[in-house]
Amino acid sequence: MSDLALTQAPALPWLRRHKVLAGCAALLVLPLAAPYPALATDVIVWGLYALGFNLLYGGLGLLSFGHAALFGGGAYACGIVLTRAGLPPTLAPWAAIAAGPLAGAAIALLMGLLATRTRGIYFAMVTLALAQCAWFVAYQSSVWTGGENGLRGVNLTTVPLPGFSLDFLHPLSRYYLLAAIVAAALAVLARIEASPFGAAMAAVRENEGRARACGYDVARIRLLGFVLSGGFAGLAGALYALKLGIVPIEAMDLHVSGQAVIMTLLGGAGTFFGPFIGAALVVVIETQLSAVTEHWPLLVGALFVACVLFFPRGVWGTLAAR
Amino acid sequence: MTYVLETRGLTKRFGGFTALNGVSVGIKAGALTAIIGPNGAGKSTFFNLITGALAPSAGQVLFEGADITGTPQHRWAGLGIAKSFQITNVFPRLTALENVRVAAQARLTRFDPWRARARLTALVDEAHALLATVGLRHRAEAEAATLAHGEQRALEIAIALAARPRLLLMDEPTAGMSPEETRTIMDLVLRLTTERTVVLVEHKMKLVMGVSDRLLVLHHGELLAEGTPDDIRANAEVRRVYLGSRAA
Repeated sequence: MSDLALTQAPALPWLRRHKVLAGCAALLVLPLAAPYPALATDVIVWGLYALGFNLLYGGLGLLSFGHAALFGGGAYACGIVLTRAGLPPTLAPWAAIAAGPLAGAAIALLMGLLATRTRGIYFAMVTLALAQCAWFVAYQSSVWTGGENGLRGVNLTTVPLPGFSLDFLHPLSRYYLLAAIVAAALAVLARIEASPFGAAMAAVRENEGRARACGYDVARIRLLGFVLSGGFAGLAGALYALKLGIVPIEAMDLHVSGQAVIMTLLGGAGTFFGPFIGAALVVVIETQLSAVTEHWPLLVGALFVACVLFFPRGVWGTLAAR
Repeated sequence: MTYVLETRGLTKRFGGFTALNGVSVGIKAGALTAIIGPNGAGKSTFFNLITGALAPSAGQVLFEGADITGTPQHRWAGLGIAKSFQITNVFPRLTALENVRVAAQARLTRFDPWRARARLTALVDEAHALLATVGLRHRAEAEAATLAHGEQRALEIAIALAARPRLLLMDEPTAGMSPEETRTIMDLVLRLTTERTVVLVEHKMKLVMGVSDRLLVLHHGELLAEGTPDDIRANAEVRRVYLGSRAA
């Protein structure tokens, strides 16, 4: 599938060579397959978040349980820029979107300086603890974040584009604006993966001691990988804020950290499209079943366990290896 | 004269146990030097100290006259020192080619994120050439984990060579190999010595006697003897501790 991939999948060579193109095509037709555009929007926002998580987990083999801090941080940064910065309406939406990845990367840098000293279960625990700290900070700083009421008034009605302005309230035009941003993020992600830095990440993941003996500064590569991962998670958080029109404190919740793990493993860790597919599965199950039964998390849990037991490469990983 | 590698009073203590005690040696350029000694002599500790994997409790390591004691491990490759490990140590789920390519890539001082790695064709060509050197030309696209034991050891040597070292340190390169594989690897080691300084840590004395220019004998963490293979063969002390059972 790719060198980021844990396994070299023999199938689908076209998809492998034109990942970004295939991704764009999927983004283009997704609203046609979805029962309503808002569901498609949900899928791509969470898909982007899972991709960011996978850059760290699939790329470097580091299991973070604290990505909610990066996602939530991006969401708050976007919301605060939009509601507080008082920027002119031509600039505000773009500044707000840019604030997401910047905040995500900045928080990742702080977390990473502490967390990347550890590995394995310790890395998971340190990221978890730091994300809980971030949650507490957000909860207490109610002047900025609205505390438990959430940050309200993240209202974006029109987005100025060269020549015309886009109606952000229309579900379909909203979807396509966010999809264009996700497509750009996909292109950047593919670039990172194919770059020498992507190769260095794979080397560190495969054999840390060997990579160090080759001359790679393992600590720096881990930190940079974490920061990049935070950038993608933060961007996803910003899109989430724009989509909802509010940043609830739940954006920083432990549950969001868990979602990244579930989506990525369900879809296929270390594959390019896997996390996105996993996110789509979780979002669809959640929205469709929550209307029928309040016990829907039971099904997601059962599916997750079944996947780990019987398809350890995830849905996409298994399909692509065929 | 200056040595390629020199140690001065190199000492390593683990708690109360002194694994290596004040070892001072000099390794000359362009030669094959073997470090031998019975089990527990301190060979592995010595190897780990001269490759930077461990920091000494006392003493210094000098490379080409400069004190490099305490330099972080990832900088050693850049200095011109590469090592191959005793335990097979490759990147298991990357192809043989990518194993060597990524090692060669580590020489780049900065990453250019806008250039795909495959476009760095010089590195790809270099990796192919190195695989040919160690006899793995036909295995370039195989995943490293699927290679046979001997092939993995050869791959590891190619990885070490990708750093373009002036000094190559090898820890028992033939450990666990069949006699045929051993011969292939020793031939390779001899070929490599024509272009760079090679230091071999070896348990099997017979293997290195015939090929080394110089031998260093460690015993109980101290330097027992050093010299040409003939000197070592004639050394009564060495015969007593090392060949003891057979010499008696």
